[in-house]
Parts: sequence; C-alpha cells; structure tokens
Amino acid sequence: MTTARLSDGPDPPAPAEGFEPGPATAAPSRFAVRAVLAVLWREWAVFRRVWFSTAFGSILEPVTYFIAFGFGFGALVAEVAGLSYLDFIATGAVAIGVLFSSIFPALINGYFRRKEQRLYDGVLAAPLSIPELVTGEALWNALRASVVACATVLVAIGFGVRPDPTVLLVPVITVVAGFAFAAAGAAFGAVMRSTHSFDMIIVGVIVPMYVVAGTFFPIDGLPPALAALAVANPLYHVVELLRAVTFGAPTGAVLGLHAAVVIVFGVVAWGVAVRLLRRAVID
Amino acid sequence: MALTDVVKRFGAVTAVDHLDLVVPAGVCFGLLGPNGAGKSTTMRLLTGQAVADAGTVEVLGRSMPAESKVVRARSGVVPQVDNLDDELTVAENLGVYARLYGIARADRPAAIARGLELARLADRADTIADELSGGMRRRLLIARGLLHRPELVLLDEPTVGLDPQVRQQLWGQITAVRRDGATVVLTTHYIEEAERLCDEVAIVHRGTVVARGSPDRLIEATVGVEVLEVAGDGPSQRRTLLAAEQAGLPTRHTGTGVAVLGSEALEVAAGDGEGHAGRRRRATLEDVFVTLTGEELT
Repeated sequence: MTTARLSDGPDPPAPAEGFEPGPATAAPSRFAVRAVLAVLWREWAVFRRVWFSTAFGSILEPVTYFIAFGFGFGALVAEVAGLSYLDFIATGAVAIGVLFSSIFPALINGYFRRKEQRLYDGVLAAPLSIPELVTGEALWNALRASVVACATVLVAIGFGVRPDPTVLLVPVITVVAGFAFAAAGAAFGAVMRSTHSFDMIIVGVIVPMYVVAGTFFPIDGLPPALAALAVANPLYHVVELLRAVTFGAPTGAVLGLHAAVVIVFGVVAWGVAVRLLRRAVID
Repeated sequence: MALTDVVKRFGAVTAVDHLDLVVPAGVCFGLLGPNGAGKSTTMRLLTGQAVADAGTVEVLGRSMPAESKVVRARSGVVPQVDNLDDELTVAENLGVYARLYGIARADRPAAIARGLELARLADRADTIADELSGGMRRRLLIARGLLHRPELVLLDEPTVGLDPQVRQQLWGQITAVRRDGATVVLTTHYIEEAERLCDEVAIVHRGTVVARGSPDRLIEATVGVEVLEVAGDGPSQRRTLLAAEQAGLPTRHTGTGVAVLGSEALEVAAGDGEGHAGRRRRATLEDVFVTLTGEELT
C-alpha cells in the first residue's frame, strides 16, 4: 500500500475532531498583487530556462531589418520624413519588435493554455481571478517586449544610429505599448476556437498593423483611406512616440495625444480580454 | 456545502436539473453516476467555474459564485482533465500553486517539500512535468490540490484511466487527506472506488440525485444483501428467471447474463440439478444504480 502522508510525525491523528490548520495563507483580496506576482513567477520560471532563444531571436530580427532595409533599400532612399532611412527604420524595428514579442505570445499562449493545456482551468480553481490572470500575463509580455526593444536599440547603435539621450525613455513607452498589444492578443486568444484562426488573425490584423504604421515608410504618402487606417492603428502612435524620444521630441501636446491613444487602447484591450476570457472559461 | 434547487443548462442540454444536495463537514462524499450525469458540472459549480442558471450554491458557508475567491482559497481541486504545467518542473508546478494559494514565503519550502513527499516525487523535484508517467502526473495533481491543507477537497474522477496499482496509491492519498479532517467530495463512475472511500454517496442521474446514503444502507434498502448472477442464456437461466418471478424478486440483464437481486430469499438458486445455476455475490452499488436508473454504469 501507499506511504502517502500529509502530516509530519509517525502517524497522523486518527479520525479528526476538527480541521487542522494549514500553512499560513493570506485571505484573498479582490484584486491581489500577490496573485499577479504568482503569474509573473510562473513565466519567469520558464524564461530562466529558455532565455537564450528569446535573446537570440530578439537580436537577430532587427539585424535582419537593418541589413535588408538599411543597407539594401536604404541605398536607394537617402532621407525619409527628415530622418536618414537607417534612423527611420530603426525606430520602426523597435516598434515591430514590441508588437511581435507581445501580441504573438499572448495570442498563442492564450489559446493553448486555455484550450489545449487547460492551464487556465487549473489556476482559476485556485484563488486567482480573471483580471489578475490577464494582468499578470500581459505584464510579463510587456516586460519581455521591453527587453527586446532595448536590445533592438543597442543593435541600431551598433549599425551607426546615434540617438538622443531621451532614448532612455524607450522602455517606458514599450512597457505600456507591450501591455496593450499583449492584452489585445489575449482577447483574440480567448475567442479562437481552433488553430485555424491563427492565419486569419495574423493576416487580417497583425500584418496590416505592422505594415501600415509608419514603420517601413511614412504614412504621409498613403492614399487618404489608408492614412486614416494608419492613424487608427495604435502601432502608428507607438512609432511616433519612439521616434520623438529617439530623435528629438516634437511638441508636448502631440506627444500627449499619441500617448493617450496608446493608453486608451491598452485599457480597452485589457477590459475586452477580461470579458472574453471570462466568457470562454466560466460555464 | 449546500446546493438548493440548482439548474444549469448548456444550450438545449440541462446538465444539472433541480439538484438538491447538502454535504456535512468532515465526510467523504461520492457523486456517483454515468458519463454525462452532471457530476463534473456540479463540481465546477462548487469552484465558481460554472454559474448556476437557477438555485443557490453555498460552499463552506459562502455564497457562490460571489464569494468564490474565498472558497477557492480554502479548497483544493483535483481536476478530471490533467492540467499540469508541462513547461515547469515538478517543484515549480507546486511553487506556482503555493504562491496562488498565498502560502507565506517562509512556509513555501516546507509546503512544497510536503507536496513532493505526498506525491512521492521528492527525487523528481527538478524533472520537467512533461517527462512524468501517467501515475506520477496524477499523484502530482493531487498533491498540488492539497498543498495548502484545504478544508474541502474536490476530486473529479481522480482515478479514471489509471492502472490498479496507481489507483490504490491515489486511494491512499485520499485516505490520508481524510485523516487530516478535510471534507472530501469526489465524483466517480467506478463503483468500487465509491464503496471503498465514501461515507456517503449520492447517485446522480440526468442532473439530479436519485438516491443517497451510506453505500451499505443504500445497497440493502434498494437491492438487498445478495445477488445471484447467471451467465449465458441457457435453460438454467430460464429456470432462475422463473424462480425469481415466483418469489417476486427483481431481475436485470447484466450484459453477460441475468442477475436476481435480493437472492438471499431465493431457495432454488444453487444446486438445482445442473450443479449450480449461477454465482452468488454481495450486492453492490452498481446493482443499486441500475435498479434506480435502468442504465448500465461505467
């Protein structure tokens, strides 16, 4: 038979009269930072083992952009929107890095952890609420996206880009933007019924989002309809913010407007993700 | 734990149909029924992962789902579907839940060590969960749900699909939990499991409780002490059926033959000319279930 034991000592007390108190546990509050930290710790535990592949990808991706667009395409184009094409593409690459490294893991994990691995069913049977879960995962993706953004900036400097000192504000922008895109990814992940939906979301949402955002070319030259689409695209506002802090800021009012769009988008995406995930995991 | 007139529908399907169930603290309670009887849905109602369309659900004196977070902090759930985190090691799987359950930092190492011992995986603490065998995974799932010494333990089909050795190990784990004084609610469609572990069982059929009581009393009240089973469809079976009919005893088809319930009252059974017409055995919950619901169980 088994030797399974719950309590220490030679023999647990026979038929218990009352419940033996367990280890000290804090009473759960409505939105507990502790629960969010538990979600972050889970991600960190995995990241400790796989950090190398993340680092490898996040450095190689911008290197590819700089070689292809900076040297290749850039040889044909001297100046774009008042910047050298290398400078222009550098901030675009930072923004794309943030988008990809937040929305993709959020989308893919959001689907697989819910539907295939059933991890959400497990953690939601413990005292974790859906807002805490969504916040924890989005925060992790935001932090990772910011690390990727910083790596991209360093690669850009290696390629000869000379940013202003305000470039130090990049992580502030990318952590907020990363959170917003991760929340959006989580919202899509919560409504996916099968892996077939990935194609639709990638081609229908993510590709237009990263192309029509002033990343590779300025939106000024676009036909009005497409330009309007770009203005509605939160990534465009992230690109503008990044360009402003990297190469000398325009007026504070314009900066504030771009920042407001990104923040509002993030809040709305978070709320939608919470709602959709609740609908998906609570019967 | 008290469910009062609970209804839960999924589209046109009514999974839980006006269910009333009160489980006192400190018992091991079994929900017994076939697949699709509404057992798992009932369990999800108890953690707030399903919300009733009508009726009230109260767990540990708290109203669900409004106070589900408090209830979830004080209960341990062992799910039917394996949801271990395959990207984490055994110890990390326990570490995440130790944090979720709010076990204080200073107590975490001891709680995790106890979980590892309970799962008998202390030597596998740093193994990635993906590499564990099926039995190890189940033991870890159970230990994960017991990490914080919950007052209420909910086990949904804890041993489904496992080989006999592993099932016995898990029964040992569950028995250990009971010794600690926790209330245990488990669902199963294994008769033997319910008979062995539970003080009381409720037989669930089409989303509602059709009978409840201690296994022994339920068996005796519904089908008597003994059952006579006759295999095949030969003349001995016909004689048995006739004798049962004359004695006014209920019979049922078992798939391999027929069974006479309450056969202790039957004289004709053994030694009626052909050696023995059948095999006498103790009545089980399966006989109760089939008698009450007219459906085979497992």
